[in-house]
Parts: sequence; structure tokens; C-alpha cells
Amino acid sequence: MKQTLAQKVVARAAGRSTVTPGEIVTCKVDLAMVHDSSGPRRLKPMLERLGAKVWDPTKVVVITDHYLPEYDDESRKILRIARDWVREAGIDNFYDAQGICHVVLPERGHLRPGMFAVGGDSHSPTGGAFAAYMFGVGATEMLGVMVTGEIWLNVPHTIAIEFDGAFAPGVSAKDVMLFLIGRYGMDGGQYQAVEYRGPAIRKLPMQERMTLCNMTAELGGQTGLIASDDVTRDYLQREVEIWDSDADAPLLAHHRFRADELPPQVAAPHSPANTRPVSDFDQRIDLAYIGACTGAKLADLRMAAAVLRGRKARAKLIVAPASLRDQQTAEGEGTLQVLLDAGAELLANSCGMCAGYGQHQLGENTVAISTTARNFKGRMGAASAQVYLASPYTVAASAVTGRITDPRGMLQ
Amino acid sequence: MKAWVFGDNVDTDVIAPGRYMKYAIDEIARHCMEALEPAFAASVRKGDVVVAGRNFGAGSSREQAPEALKHLGVAALIAESYAGLFYRNAINLGLPALVCAQAKRIRAGDHIAVDLDAGRIDNRTSGETLAAEPVPAFLLQIVRDGGLLAHLEKRLRGERASA
Repeated sequence: MKQTLAQKVVARAAGRSTVTPGEIVTCKVDLAMVHDSSGPRRLKPMLERLGAKVWDPTKVVVITDHYLPEYDDESRKILRIARDWVREAGIDNFYDAQGICHVVLPERGHLRPGMFAVGGDSHSPTGGAFAAYMFGVGATEMLGVMVTGEIWLNVPHTIAIEFDGAFAPGVSAKDVMLFLIGRYGMDGGQYQAVEYRGPAIRKLPMQERMTLCNMTAELGGQTGLIASDDVTRDYLQREVEIWDSDADAPLLAHHRFRADELPPQVAAPHSPANTRPVSDFDQRIDLAYIGACTGAKLADLRMAAAVLRGRKARAKLIVAPASLRDQQTAEGEGTLQVLLDAGAELLANSCGMCAGYGQHQLGENTVAISTTARNFKGRMGAASAQVYLASPYTVAASAVTGRITDPRGMLQ
Repeated sequence: MKAWVFGDNVDTDVIAPGRYMKYAIDEIARHCMEALEPAFAASVRKGDVVVAGRNFGAGSSREQAPEALKHLGVAALIAESYAGLFYRNAINLGLPALVCAQAKRIRAGDHIAVDLDAGRIDNRTSGETLAAEPVPAFLLQIVRDGGLLAHLEKRLRGERASA
């Protein structure tokens, strides 16, 4: 039986040779990742109520990112619970204030092709960029994993999204996802597996692939996946197994596009599906935000720098690099200095303004353009704030002019 | 049971706003749906149902979204479809979530009775009966036990008793 990449990984985790879309299987979990908000603060009391222990502490990774930097009693308490719990539970894989979980997890070598993994965050499909089957679950479902090491799954169909050719300069993975979400809607993924393939995808560096899989959450897929290849190997700096779909495995849908025809995209308030080409917009902005797992990795910072080099931001520009290591690399190679010279204000390596959890929030009536994943009403602060979503190129170009701007004429 | 009716793509930031996520559920619940319906949290009564269109619960993995609805006394959700992650969370928190293609036939304020076993929704205001998709038996059992935590507690107690 011909199998898709998603089916192959699920079958392995279910201890089967093949699985059929629509059947319900129980999978053994290879890796469970949690962060400070949905993790220890919720897991600890439930584990205590059950009198249960973590099934395998070596398979658990805990990363703090949501409530950093701590700024009040509540956030301090949430972080303290995380730090105490990893010690009590014997979890060595603990990354405290090192960056956003979806970026830190592969950066520290925890993902491998063929893995079956869950994360206590909706953007966990990011791991699918490494040909893993990784998806987000809530805290109680994560408790089930922590106690049993298993989880049920409705074996997904696969929706293949194929891009031929190559993306134009100034067009990035974020544009691809905003385009797809605009075209198919926030439930276009039907909670199935979305596989990105084709020559244009193969050419993308790992962190761009991560952005594709990450925003499969906004496309409504359970996860996004990309077959492993030399790019995966080079990023992980080790030999990897090749996990890919069989050539003629049955698909729920197969959408093909020409990559070079895609222009930069912008999603208007208050939905990532509210997308149009950048040239359609005539809009002033107050603030440009380059942050989040989906928009402030090293690759994203480099895109912003390609626009900002030698220029000054007219709008307020805030940058929150997605991981400490990416920030250090950006500093070493001069990318960070370009952003600072343009007038960027630097925030901590955490979720920052994206989810509105921290102290930095959008004020009343602020018009912002952001590299984040969601522009839901009130998410980043005041309900009256207007948030436009775009790529790091477009956000940087818009910061310079103070208006939503096509970055293609500003690349250096 | 009174129906509260919402549209398509109601997101988790609306159901459980991020800026209150650091607090306990009673505080989060106080702000449930406030961006769409400021009176909801204060006015919803125990046993009421929330009705919505497509993709209810889009967005975050935060289970405080279904938890807040349950905390406010919402007895069941009826929607054309749910975001998959939200649906799993609703079941895991013991909040019945029915999928009903005709959910939009229900009007705000209608009196609704839900029969989970039969997958039947009776609209006592309009006199209509709507069919809901059947919920797999193992998920129904989790809901009946009061959610996955209570379900696991029961299972572990059983395993320990037989050990």
C-alpha cells in the first residue's frame, strides 16, 4: 500500500506497517515538549492528583518562553513552578530563557526525521519541517502523554501543496502561508496533514521550512510536514534518514502553484485569512514588529536586514529575536547591528508581544504590521489595535516608509 | 437551556484572552468572549449552550478556552465544525462538543435540549430537531467521566486495584 510521509511516521509510532486515513490508532510518543504557560503550571497539580510520574523524563523537553521576562508576581510564580518542576521530575532537557520553544527544540538537536512528537502549543507543527509528525495538544491531553507515553490519533489524510520553480527575491515562507490561508481559509487544512513539496520548497533553508509548517496551524491542519533531505541533514549536522511520501500515495487534495508568480502578501485585521497582495494596500502604520517563532528566527532577521541596511525606520520598530543563539549569530555576523542602526528596539528572546501574555502590548488604536502568525482582535493588546501580518521583508520595508510597502524595490 | 449564538472562526483569543492567561480560571472566564459579546460571561447561565458556525476555537492550544466555557456553566457546544485542537481540548475537559451541519438554524435565545447519546438536538423554541454527528464511543466515555483527568484517575485506580 502506498503511504504518505504522514502515514509512514504515524504507522511507525503505532507499531504498524501501514495505516489508513480515518482509522483511529494509538501512537507511542517519541518526544513531548512543553513551555511555561501550558506545561508545569498545569501538569504538576494534575500529576499530583493522579499520584503519577512522567513516563520517561528523557523524552520530555521543557522550554520557558511565554512569561519571559518575568514582570509581575503571576509571571514570576509561573516560571518558578517550571524551574522547580523540572528538578522534581528529573527532566534534564530544560532550556530556560533560551528562546521560543519551536525554534529552540530543533536548534538543540531534539528533532529527527520520522519522530512522532507532541507539543503543548498550537504552533508545534513547526517540527514537521524535519519530517517529524508533530502537533499541538492542550495541557490535559499532555498530561495523558506524560502518564502513559501514548496518544490517540485519527490517521490523517494528506493535502499536498506543491510549488514549482523558485520564489522571487523578497518573497518568503510567510508570504506562502498567508497566501494559502487566504485562499483556503483557516479551516482549509481540515485538521489533516499538509505536506509541502516541489522544487521551490526544496530550495528553502530549514528555518523557512519551519515557518511553513508552523503556520499550518493557521491553515487548520493538524500538522505540516516536509520530507527530509540534504537541507535537513546540514541543519542538524548529522546524517538523517530520508522520510518521504511514496510517489503515488493517495492524497485528499493536491494543489500546485508556480512559485515565481507569488507576490508578497499581507493579511489585514483581524484574520490571517484576510490576505491580499501587498500592492493592494494603502495603509499607514505606527509600529512594525519583528518577533515570534514564525517571524524572528535568524533567517527572518537576515531578511529584515536586507531591507534595513543603511536605512532608518520611520515607524516604531521592535525586534524580539526568536532565540538567544540566533540573536548571538546575528550579532556576530552584523545582522543585528543593521537592525539596531535602523532604530530597532530590542526585546527579550521570548514570545513577546505575539500572544499578548507579557508586559509589552499594543495600545489603543495602534496600527501595527507584524511578522507574527495571528492578528485576531485584541490578541496583541487593545481590541481597537489593528494588526497586519506580513513577511520580515515587508515589515522592514513598511517600518522604513511608515506605510505598508512592497519590499521588492528595497532589497540590497 | 438558552442558546448563545456566534459566527464562524471564533478564535481562542476571544474565548480566553491571552492577557488573562496568567490567572486562574475564574478570572479568565470573567473575560470569556468579551471582544465579541461583552455581556456573555456575566449573563450566561448554567446549562446554556454555545452555538457557532465553522471552525469554532481556531488558534491556540490553550485548554482554558473550553475550560472557561465549562466554568461559566455552558453545558454543550454545537457548531458546524471545530478547530481540531480545540475539539480535543473540549472533550478532554469534559465539555460535550457536537458537530451539527445545521447549527445556523438555531437562533440566539432559543431553548435547546441536547441528547448526547442519540446525537440529537431539540430546539424547543422552533420545534425543530437537528441531527448531530455521532461522537466516537471512547471520546463519549471521556466526556462522561468528566474529562481526561478524571478518566485517567479512574483507569489508574482500576490498575492499582488489580495489581
